[in-house]
Amino acid sequence: MSYLADVGALARKDLRLELRARDTLPAMLLFVVSTLVVFHFTLPQNASRLAAFGLLWVALIFTALLGLTRCFAAEREQDVLDGLVLAPSDRSAIWLGKAIAMLAFLVAAEVVALPAFALFFDPGIDGRTLAGVALADLGICTVGTLLAGMAAASRARELLLPLLFLPLAIPIVIGGVGASVNGGARYVEFLVLYDAIFAIISWASFEYVVTE
Amino acid sequence: MIRVQGVEKRYGEKRVLRGLDLELERGGFLVVTGPNGSGKTTLLRLVVGLAQPTAGQVEVAVPRGRIGFLAHEPLVYRELTALENLDLYGRLYRVPERRERIGMLLERFRLWEARRERVSSFSRGMLQRLALCRAFLHQPDLYVLDEPFTALDADGAALLDRELAELRPRATFLVATHAASRFAPLATAQVAIGT
Repeated sequence: MSYLADVGALARKDLRLELRARDTLPAMLLFVVSTLVVFHFTLPQNASRLAAFGLLWVALIFTALLGLTRCFAAEREQDVLDGLVLAPSDRSAIWLGKAIAMLAFLVAAEVVALPAFALFFDPGIDGRTLAGVALADLGICTVGTLLAGMAAASRARELLLPLLFLPLAIPIVIGGVGASVNGGARYVEFLVLYDAIFAIISWASFEYVVTE
Repeated sequence: MIRVQGVEKRYGEKRVLRGLDLELERGGFLVVTGPNGSGKTTLLRLVVGLAQPTAGQVEVAVPRGRIGFLAHEPLVYRELTALENLDLYGRLYRVPERRERIGMLLERFRLWEARRERVSSFSRGMLQRLALCRAFLHQPDLYVLDEPFTALDADGAALLDRELAELRPRATFLVATHAASRFAPLATAQVAIGT
């Protein structure tokens, strides 16, 4: 129970910081909406659903990346991560708290992005698409938070994070587009498997990311 | 309580510590001095477990949660208030009667009036007082303090003097400083490194 209490305290802290500083979510919202607007005007009228969903997933992945680059910004200031690492709580709680806060930001961005996408492209968003987006969000946040933690320790963090994250996000895009367009249950299952594997890896390895 | 044997620490090509040995018994008060860049801060980071030695051994017979570490930086969130920062650490360190303890520390370090202000509006001296509150919050068994008097005015320094004198019989201290004379009444040993 104390583990969950730690995770809750850390996630609440991140949400509170965002409410105060407002430097992640507004940028994510602006980016995803403006990307969809640009795609709306560049995609031909008779473009296929496949193309439209492909662009949606590109927009979502890069929106998430934008949020992830800010993920450990507050901890980098004044070396707060050292303070969290020294606390007696399990260090994976730091990762899980961050991943939950990141998930909240991403879902908030999608609450705006998905209706905008439906309005611009009228692709027919069904339950499978929403399930694909939800599962992809979990994958993005579990892997992305771990990689953001790794990159935070580096001087070239802005360069390092996309280099680490984008290759690992390719399966998420494949699963997401597959679930959206083909409607195949196997793509949803693929995303479930991806989430489970990377959640376990991230949970188990975060301690080594934040310690020397 | 702390045993450092033949410790060497390198950052790339740069060697910060070389063959360092020291020992600190439970209840002791060890003052570490040395010029800038001599490795005082690195030594403290090795002791609290934030860094690993390149060679040699660091043994600390205190669990992580029983160490109070005062670093160069205050290790607090700028966009949270003093109260919110201490509450977060109090939860993570499972401080019993957390609110009372936080209130008492804020009163003692004269931050009570500023408790609901964001840390970003604090002066350097107020930040140092808050950092001391954070390090002392869970009543640790081992205090590892890096230049604890930095940025404190005369009032703040007198306050910290009183606090250290009060805590001295109940805990073990490892302090890095340029002003060793300040700790003379409390210290049981002194080590100069990098000289």
